[in-house]
Amino acid sequence: MAPAKKRNVSLAETAEKSVKKAKIDLNAKVEIILESRKNANDVFDILEALESEKEKDVGSAVNACSKLFCTLLEKKELFLGKLPGEEEAVSGESSAEEKYQMFMRHRYNSCVELLLEHLSHDLHGVQETALCCLMKFAAAEGKHPLEDLDWTEHYSFPRELLQSVVDRLLSKTTDNSLLISRFQEFLEMEDVRYYVMSSIRENVGKVMDKNKGALLPIFQNNVFTLMSNISIPSQESELTNFMVQQEDKHEDWKAAKLNEHKRVFERMWLGFLKYKLPSNMYKKILVILHDSILPHMSKPTLMIDFLTAAYEVGGAISLLALNGLFVLIHQHNLDYPDFYKKLYNLLEPSVFHVKYRARFFHLANLFLSSSHLPVYLVAAFAKRLARLALTAPPTALLIVLPFIYNLIRRHPSCRVLIHKPTTEGEVLEDPYLMDEEDPVQCRALESSLWEIKTLQKHYHPDVAKAAMAINTPLSGKEDDIDEVLEITTHELMERDLKKSQIKNIALEFEIATELLKGGGNVLGQHFCLD
Amino acid sequence: MGKVPKKRSMADKVRKTKTSTEIKNNPFEVKINRKKFEILGQKSKHDVGLPGVSRSKAINKRKDTLLKEYKQKGKSSKFIDRRFGEYDTNMAPEDKILQRFAMERQRNHDKKDVYNLNEEEELTHYGQSLAEMEKFNDNVNSDDESEEKGLLSAELTASHFGGGGLLRRKTSGDQEGGEEGAPRAKSRQELIEELIQKSKQEKRDRQVQKEESQELTEKLDHDWKNIQALMVKKIPRAERVEEEKPKLEQYDMMVRELVFEMKAQPSERLKTPEEVAREEREKLQKLEADRLRRMMGDQVVESSQSQTHMSADDLNDGFILDKDDQKTLSYQDGKWNIEEEKGEDKDGKEEEGEEEESEAEEGDDEEEEEEDEEEEEEEGSSEEEDKEDAHSDLESEQESEDEETQQEEEETSAQPSLSKEELKAQQEAAKAELPYTFTAPESLSDLKDLLQGHTPDNQRIIVARTQKSNHASLAVGNKLKLQKLLGFLLEYVEDLATRSPPALTTIDKLIPELYTLCQMFPEAACKTMQSILGDAGHSTEEVLEVKGHLPFPTLDMIVYLKLTALLFPTSDFRHPVTTPALLYISQALTKCPVRSLQDVTSGLVLCCLAVEYVSFSKRFLPELINFLAGTLHLAVQDKTSLGYIVVPPFRPSGKCSDLLVVSDSESCKSWSQKSLPLSAAQLLELKNNLDKDHHRLTCLSTCLDLVKRCCLLYKDLMSFSHIFQPIRTLLSKHLSAQALPDPLKELHSEILEIISGVPAAHSRLILEKKKPIPLKLLTPKIVEILDYGKKRGSNREERERERLKHKYKKEFKGALREIRKDTRFLAREKLNEVMERDSERKKKVRELFGSLATQEGEWKALKRRKNK
Repeated sequence: MAPAKKRNVSLAETAEKSVKKAKIDLNAKVEIILESRKNANDVFDILEALESEKEKDVGSAVNACSKLFCTLLEKKELFLGKLPGEEEAVSGESSAEEKYQMFMRHRYNSCVELLLEHLSHDLHGVQETALCCLMKFAAAEGKHPLEDLDWTEHYSFPRELLQSVVDRLLSKTTDNSLLISRFQEFLEMEDVRYYVMSSIRENVGKVMDKNKGALLPIFQNNVFTLMSNISIPSQESELTNFMVQQEDKHEDWKAAKLNEHKRVFERMWLGFLKYKLPSNMYKKILVILHDSILPHMSKPTLMIDFLTAAYEVGGAISLLALNGLFVLIHQHNLDYPDFYKKLYNLLEPSVFHVKYRARFFHLANLFLSSSHLPVYLVAAFAKRLARLALTAPPTALLIVLPFIYNLIRRHPSCRVLIHKPTTEGEVLEDPYLMDEEDPVQCRALESSLWEIKTLQKHYHPDVAKAAMAINTPLSGKEDDIDEVLEITTHELMERDLKKSQIKNIALEFEIATELLKGGGNVLGQHFCLD
Repeated sequence: MGKVPKKRSMADKVRKTKTSTEIKNNPFEVKINRKKFEILGQKSKHDVGLPGVSRSKAINKRKDTLLKEYKQKGKSSKFIDRRFGEYDTNMAPEDKILQRFAMERQRNHDKKDVYNLNEEEELTHYGQSLAEMEKFNDNVNSDDESEEKGLLSAELTASHFGGGGLLRRKTSGDQEGGEEGAPRAKSRQELIEELIQKSKQEKRDRQVQKEESQELTEKLDHDWKNIQALMVKKIPRAERVEEEKPKLEQYDMMVRELVFEMKAQPSERLKTPEEVAREEREKLQKLEADRLRRMMGDQVVESSQSQTHMSADDLNDGFILDKDDQKTLSYQDGKWNIEEEKGEDKDGKEEEGEEEESEAEEGDDEEEEEEDEEEEEEEGSSEEEDKEDAHSDLESEQESEDEETQQEEEETSAQPSLSKEELKAQQEAAKAELPYTFTAPESLSDLKDLLQGHTPDNQRIIVARTQKSNHASLAVGNKLKLQKLLGFLLEYVEDLATRSPPALTTIDKLIPELYTLCQMFPEAACKTMQSILGDAGHSTEEVLEVKGHLPFPTLDMIVYLKLTALLFPTSDFRHPVTTPALLYISQALTKCPVRSLQDVTSGLVLCCLAVEYVSFSKRFLPELINFLAGTLHLAVQDKTSLGYIVVPPFRPSGKCSDLLVVSDSESCKSWSQKSLPLSAAQLLELKNNLDKDHHRLTCLSTCLDLVKRCCLLYKDLMSFSHIFQPIRTLLSKHLSAQALPDPLKELHSEILEIISGVPAAHSRLILEKKKPIPLKLLTPKIVEILDYGKKRGSNREERERERLKHKYKKEFKGALREIRKDTRFLAREKLNEVMERDSERKKKVRELFGSLATQEGEWKALKRRKNK
């Protein structure tokens, strides 16, 4: 610490005189205060500097404060126990020593207040230094508790300070995501995380109740940012990094137990999710749900209600809920009635256009990979996908076509969809009912995949080739869908653009004469040059 | 070479005396090779043998060869024919004769020379050379004497001197007849002299001819250099022309020169218009077939050459004479532009007509304007006559590369051409402004500087001239320069399209040049377009990642997409440029949300492009249908209870889903169909509601027309009814025709008619029939063996080796047998010899004994007589 300081000073000397002066002033003042109690009043100067407008001043003041009060805390020169009022303290009958301690404690409290104010400062630098300082105080307080209690029975942790920090972080008016990401480094400490989680729960409950469950997008966003940053180690042995070390009975401390962590984590999330959420928040939560929330919960099944509700919402949210549901069904024996029916109804033209297309098809592939599914269901899925493929962009088609082929491969009785020899010349209209919601009654098995035949005339060569596969019996091996899940239009374009130069480039042989002519003259008929 | 009469064996005699059939029928001659097995269908050559015949043949052969060798063994003397060239088959008999004769003469001469001291002197008699006289006499003699005599003497000489020498031997009978009865020595001398003379004469002739031809070539070279200088350097020539123009004498000289100049060689027959048309059609058919094949996706790489018009007289030197190179005679300040005449004066075909005109012009120079105009008209007609020629002569006219006209002279010149006066004015203006050669620009800014401030037409001319003056055949680096020019032009197009207002007319004018350059450098064009599309794709990708949706492509991109369709075939199954371009369009149609009327316009432009892209190949473009359905959806007033699903980027309802709903039904009446400016996709300014409504209706009509085109395009698709089901519901239930203006009503009903007219029923899908795998059969497999004795089941090399081995074995055996037979034959001969020798000796001994016995007897008798 000391050399760093020195360097700071020397730097300041060369750089800015005024700052140096202020800094020297503040540092000198800290020295003076610590030297002799006579100079205690100088603390006001420091606090004044803390309120200053200039970022630099505030910064040095914060530094001075942290140094001063940490030293004081270490020296146990701050008043312990229940603090009487300022006037009382001055007037009350207590020793000068106590009076000084009370005085300093009051100054400490006001300093903390100021720092908390600074957490919602306009400048990020100030916010950050204030936050760091506060956490330093918290650490110091943890070591030298300010409560006057029997510490053999209680665990010392600056809960209140942390609570107030969290309250500030979860602002209702400003987006604190930057500060929260800074705060993340403190969350790596197990006890801090533990208490932050409980503070969040309390705070959320308080705020939302006060608002009667109405939407608070900024607040909820802050909460989500903070919560999504919390990750719990998977094993108890990993719980090693503590801010405050409890000398004895450390093992009994809740913050040292993984199960307790999980419980608090679960309660925190449930407490947050039970209120109404904005739809984009829904999406964000559902995206991370399956891998950063569910595994850390002590009872993941408690999420069923939330997931079911989300699945019922429809559209993209339903698609995303699938992932969580899958985890529950797969690992926690959740029985979901009409799951496949709902999945079937999720198939809309929009699934090909949403952002989460890859995830959806990955999951749908998983759900439909069971060989115990009834044929009618698989046929219904195949037929519906084929029908929807008539509106899909080429990137989606490159997923859907192998998907359908895989379905047919897994369920050989679905082969009638692409091969149903009948008497000569028999023609029929497609018996499949697109509007039927129940896959049982959609008559998919009676139909054929004419849509794929249509797609053989698709403009993109890769799609057309993929569609050609139904002309011959399908090969035994399943196509790997994962390769194409993330493909983008640009990648498709690159395929042709990056191809090693073909020797002869075919050219148009009709001589071009005008911009709008040629190609059937469609453009020329409807548009003119100016 | 007296032939030893051959001893003939009995068999030979038999063979000689009897015919082969007789021999074959003679059971004593025939040996039948018995076969162990009778094999059906096998033909054997050796079932019947004639041992006697073949043995006698073999013996005869041996006698001719082996026996002779044997007899010669140990003998060193040999008869060698040392006559000159006797064994040289390459020499003609006549040559042989001549050579032999010459050699003999030489020999004689040398011999004579030894004693002949003054050989150089010519003997004379009365001042006349004896040799001459001899010849003369000879001639007289030959004239006097009859043929028979000559013949006789020849025969005589032949009989008297044994064979008549070398000459006689080798010449055929008629030549002998031709040989006069002149004394042989003389005739030979004469012959030689004649020969020498002839050869000298020939040599001289050759020399003279060579000199002449050299002179001619030099002259030609010289002339050509002159012309070449004219060709390459244009400006200097133009200057020189001005110097020459005023002097009349020079002009006359030139005319005379022209008259004496070599006429053009007759070239191949010009093709008749029908032939040309037929060839054209055949070529088109071939190209069409190529295109179809590519469309089906056959990946056969074939050489697609640049498809430029090739005339019958094309020199195939890569020289392109564009259509606007055809020129009309032009006048400057009332005077005929001699410079162009100069340019053409090498052209034999056009020359004469113009010559006359020019002479006429010369005379009429100072006459009135009216006359001039008449002249022009005449000229016009003759010019048109010329044109047909000129067009077929296209690329052979190198000289005319810098001739310029504004006249659009195309075979299909359906477009109304400008009147003569206007043309002339334009021409004058262009001449005044534009130089003839341009250096190829080195950068885009160079090109911009070059083209700045010119009218679109002039810009085109500038580009065309740049292209021509930097033609690849003129200098080494030009190819690269032109490729660069192509790249810059494409960049320039972007520049033009992003201007405000966009200079689309200029782009339009530049299209033919771009097309020509593209035909010249397909690779460069392909690369440039690919990089443009790649960049565009990359930037959209980035935007898409950040925002999740895209803005509609800007006008320059639209122009590029259209250019792609103009320069490259859109119907190919896979094409390095058009496939990505189509993907780009499809991405734009799916990812760009429609938020304003301008967006609708952009979208419709893209739809038009998409329809053009697939119009030939009839490929299915789902995004196009989605977008059109979505656009129609924008025009639906009541958005509740939809019977169809709206596909993104459109939404069933919301802020921007009423964009095409006409606000005031009155505006329908004042609306009339007109085409929208392309720039509306970039910048749309609509002042009032009426304008907006009109724009909406225009958009709607475009959209409906596109839907109709799509219906017709995709009529054959299996899922046609499902593809168009949303549009059908939309049109029939939600977008009623009553509210629309008449032309739209018509389209509306047409579309519905087409959709309902297509049958929705199809036969079920069946996999393609595979060849059934045959069952295992237990009956023996009968294979017809056509080539007996051939080893099967091994590869080719093995078989070859086997064959060679077999052949070697056979040969070896045969050789062994032959050798044995030879030794046997020799042994027999030797034995014969020994026997002969022995019998002779015996005979001699016996003779000796006999004579001795008689002597002894005589002596004894004598003694007895004495004793008596």
